[in-house]
Amino acid sequence: MAITMTKGQVGLTGNTAVAYAMKQINPDVCAAYPITPSTGIIEDFSGYVADGAVDTELITVESEHSAMSACIGAAAAGARVMTATSSQGLALMWEMLYIASGMRLPIILTDVNRALSAPINIHCDHSDSMGARDSGWIQLYSETVQEAYDNIFLAVRVAEHPRVLLPVMVCLDGFITSHAIENISLIDDAEVKQFVGEYKAAQHLLDTDNPITYGAMSLPENYIEFKHEQSKAMAGSKEAVLDVSREFGKKFGRDYGLFETYRLEDAETAIVILNSAAGTTKVAVDALRKQGMKVGLLRPRLFRPFPFNEIAAALKHVKVLGVLDRADSMSGFGGPLFNEVRSALYDLDARPKTVGRIYGLGGRDYKLKDAVAVFGELDRIRETGKIDTLTKYITL
Amino acid sequence: MEEKKDNNLPLGGVIPKGGTAHDYSTGGWRKLRPVLDKGKCTNCLICWVMCPDSAIITEDGKMIGFDMEHCKGCGICAAECPDKVKAIKMEEEAG
Ligand code: SF4
Ligand code: SF4
Repeated sequence: MAITMTKGQVGLTGNTAVAYAMKQINPDVCAAYPITPSTGIIEDFSGYVADGAVDTELITVESEHSAMSACIGAAAAGARVMTATSSQGLALMWEMLYIASGMRLPIILTDVNRALSAPINIHCDHSDSMGARDSGWIQLYSETVQEAYDNIFLAVRVAEHPRVLLPVMVCLDGFITSHAIENISLIDDAEVKQFVGEYKAAQHLLDTDNPITYGAMSLPENYIEFKHEQSKAMAGSKEAVLDVSREFGKKFGRDYGLFETYRLEDAETAIVILNSAAGTTKVAVDALRKQGMKVGLLRPRLFRPFPFNEIAAALKHVKVLGVLDRADSMSGFGGPLFNEVRSALYDLDARPKTVGRIYGLGGRDYKLKDAVAVFGELDRIRETGKIDTLTKYITL
Repeated sequence: MEEKKDNNLPLGGVIPKGGTAHDYSTGGWRKLRPVLDKGKCTNCLICWVMCPDSAIITEDGKMIGFDMEHCKGCGICAAECPDKVKAIKMEEEAG
């Protein structure tokens, strides 16, 4: 899709918008192996490369394992590096994801969320990025095309922040967001350039005056210290996300925090949910509010690191919470978001009652009636004080 | 094993300069030690070429012994020393 406008509103799909953000950033290297539903990102971006619209070295590889390996090599050589993938592609990158984060390389990956096999399925759920939640990558989730587009710029600044230096994964829902056209507002090329700045790696392999080795072995004498440093950088990256988001909000008028709340201030029951399904939930909130029900929503944007204290503070007045996961961690105890939120609430003196619901796997629709039904269930728990089922599947 | 509590670790586990392998003692890994019979040695230096740890010490183009801080006892030198010469024998490390 040719984009000529850089101002005002323009209709773009999630994939086109992410590719356009990448074009505006003009990274040094992009190594990728296209996979549904993220294919459009690399398809569009390779068009920009072919047209000479960017200076990026596009490395076409034979697998996602190689894509991430090439990204790591390029980043270690001091390049600003971006890629995109989905589902099995992210799964095949697994080994290299940990190496990227352990080497503290600020690579940007867009994950267009898609279910994992088996059975094979190309549609949206979050099992791919949730599976990678412990890989040491910062994870930002996006409800809309606009947010996915904006998150790419935030991601670059957070990843390259001198106190962070960690890779960042930007997640958006496969097909629902990646293929649906939305009116979004683009940022001027010059303003993008100014916001992301130039990347100068603190240490890199092409600096022959200061030779270094990447990927060396570290035995019991110091491995745990390296991991400790990485863990501190991850925990501290929350501050960088807030700083960069504030700066972005001031410049471009779109304010993003660690999470979004919707009509939560006086809510008695609330749903916690990621990405596009939050939109459907907001419609349900509005409809039920009209009927006098005090309902609200919290949508985490930053999932790694998980803002435990901030989320607990925002939810502490709620009586009953439903945490909705579009992934099952197969632990026998609900999905990953449910477990993080429930753990975050543990230290409160008076905790909301919290149930977990798994919805929408493999692209199963999550409709208005599903959100309304969850709120109905939460309200019954509020009235009776009794939880019948702590975790279960819905939208079956 | 000695534990180093280093709070100034290089970022991302990089080795921030060249030649640091020299500071790392691999000699402690040794189970067998190479012993040279100087009388047999022809100074062909095949062992010097083949040693994976650069642990063959030479002087004026002559093989004079082993760097026991880095020799890990693999026995490659003994195997590669020409059949007609066989100037290196691997012996059990004492203790
Ligand atoms: S035993 Fe192995 S490490 Fe030691 S000197 Fe011979 S070849 Fe080198
Ligand atoms: S390979 Fe054997 S003969 Fe040649 S230098 Fe070494 S020890 Fe001497």
